[in-house]
Amino acid sequence: MTVFLNALPGAVSQGLVWGIMAIGVYLTYKILDIADLTVDGSFCTGGAVFVMLFAGGANVWTAMLAALLAGMLAGLVSGLLNAACGIPAILCGILTQLGLYSVNMAIMDFKASVAINVTQADTLEKLLVSLRFVQGSVKGDFPLWRHPILVVGLFTACLIGVLYAFFGTELGSALRATGSNGNMARAQGINTDFCKVLGLMLSNGLVALSGALLCQYNGANEINVGRGAIVIGLAAVIIGDVLFSKLFRNFALKLLAVVIGAIIYYIVLQAVLAMGLNPNYLKLLSALVVAVFLSLPYWKGRYFAKPVKRGGAANA
Amino acid sequence: MLEIKEIWKTFNAGTVNEKQALRGVSLTLNEGDFCTVIGGNGAGKSTMLNAVAGTWAVDQGTISIGGTDVTHLPEHKRAAFIGRVFQDPMMGTAPTMQIIENLALAARRGQRRGLRWGLAKAEKDRYQELLSGLGLGLEDRLTSKVGLLSGGQRQALTLLMASLKKPKLLLLDEHTAALDPKTAAKVLELSDKIVAENHLTTMMVTHNMKDAIQHGNRLIMMYDGRIVIDVSGEEKKKLTVPQLLELFSKVSGSDEADDKLLLS
Ligand SMILES: Nc1ncnc2c1ncn2[C@@H]1O[C@H](COP(=O)(O)OP(=O)(O)O)[C@@H](O)[C@H]1O
Ligand SMILES: [Mg+2]
Repeated sequence: MTVFLNALPGAVSQGLVWGIMAIGVYLTYKILDIADLTVDGSFCTGGAVFVMLFAGGANVWTAMLAALLAGMLAGLVSGLLNAACGIPAILCGILTQLGLYSVNMAIMDFKASVAINVTQADTLEKLLVSLRFVQGSVKGDFPLWRHPILVVGLFTACLIGVLYAFFGTELGSALRATGSNGNMARAQGINTDFCKVLGLMLSNGLVALSGALLCQYNGANEINVGRGAIVIGLAAVIIGDVLFSKLFRNFALKLLAVVIGAIIYYIVLQAVLAMGLNPNYLKLLSALVVAVFLSLPYWKGRYFAKPVKRGGAANA
Repeated sequence: MLEIKEIWKTFNAGTVNEKQALRGVSLTLNEGDFCTVIGGNGAGKSTMLNAVAGTWAVDQGTISIGGTDVTHLPEHKRAAFIGRVFQDPMMGTAPTMQIIENLALAARRGQRRGLRWGLAKAEKDRYQELLSGLGLGLEDRLTSKVGLLSGGQRQALTLLMASLKKPKLLLLDEHTAALDPKTAAKVLELSDKIVAENHLTTMMVTHNMKDAIQHGNRLIMMYDGRIVIDVSGEEKKKLTVPQLLELFSKVSGSDEADDKLLLS
């Protein structure tokens, strides 16, 4: 129990960092109605771009902005494969993700792992978040406001604010309409291809930003860091939805629910680890949990409620 | 207002499912024309409307709306000229968005969508008033998700959305077919009202011959990818269902005409 309690602040911090990625997944999965697998690659791209620039002496914000842009570029590739080449969205994500492995390796100078020298005090000082701040800010080695829960929490709050505003604009509404009903959107003069591409760029930008934050938190970026990110993102989205869909109607609160979902995911993870599970089984566990939750609505609809009519004959 | 010249469309060309859905269709509508379209199942009515709306590109021929050649414009660009209501009530609205959000989207048809607010405060009153004109009580449910509405309510809303930004052309594709008779009559009446109030050039597909005769100033019948009957003016006013059936069997040279038309 003490092991678990001690790990709790770290779990919440990590959950917050991954929560930003989960918001990215929410944008594609829930708003655009696309299962975008690009994230498994673009998450690492964010970390890779960040670590190389930061190690090269760039300012932490510049490096994070570059990570964001790199992620958007990855989203652009997936989007164009879909919109301009007619490849099914799910395949586009798989293709980009696969290609990104090589790209990420190239960015990281063909090393599987690149570290930030966090033992150097002035380097550590420049980072926005770090594992070392979790205990350090409580013990007094660092000011309390540097606690990752505060920093990432504030960062996430700003992000949610910006997204909330964006999805209230004409362009943001067009994106929502595209995901809600492409036919209607086109009939109302919305370029649904453009909206999908833009949505994928936004989403992967956020995912890469999350990757850049995790890279700071861990003090290193590894080539495999994003593997299975989509599942973690989906888990966060689903947990948030199951727990808060009745409570949170407002869009900003829905994004908050996703972040809380990510935090809960990491707390559960820590709990399971504290119970002595071999960490190698974590991926299997995550996959099972997500599979169960994804099937819930289906089973519920089948056995507990009237079937809901959806879609219907196209062009009838 | 609408000029269709010799359009051809073949689906699944070169496969066993090849289907020539449009075989040289030409049609000119004048401003303010209300043209009803009838024809058996698979005659090509929806295909003609989809061709005009730009759901896909036609194989041959040209289409122009209000003097603008739109043959090579994508669907979302043509939307600047066109309002549509589909047969399937699910198709015309965004179910996960609010009634007022759907209207706001429609109010911006044909405009560039930027970073201005997607729904200005001043719009609300106007929408409320328009909705109360439908007489369905939707004016009190501005923030309800459209997914919660009935089929008839959705079709009425879609009609309103299609006409909110006065289109050069209104396309109604069996938009009452999925509704119960009472609701269908109401939506049809509403369509008439909206068309008349806005002086819209309209094409309305219907499977009901009586409706086709009663509404509009022109009637065309399609058969096997072609327009086979085209009546307007006085001639149309005097038309009866038996006459129409007789006309049809003459043109198509088939005795099954009655069944085919009446059953569809
Ligand atoms: N998108 C499509 N793909 C393949 N075949 C189609 C498509 N749309 C229509 N068709 C075919 O074209 C023919 C005309 O269809 P349609 O225009 O929908 O008829 P209707 O007059 O009943 O509206 C039908 O045989 C139909 O199966
Ligand atoms: Mg049809």
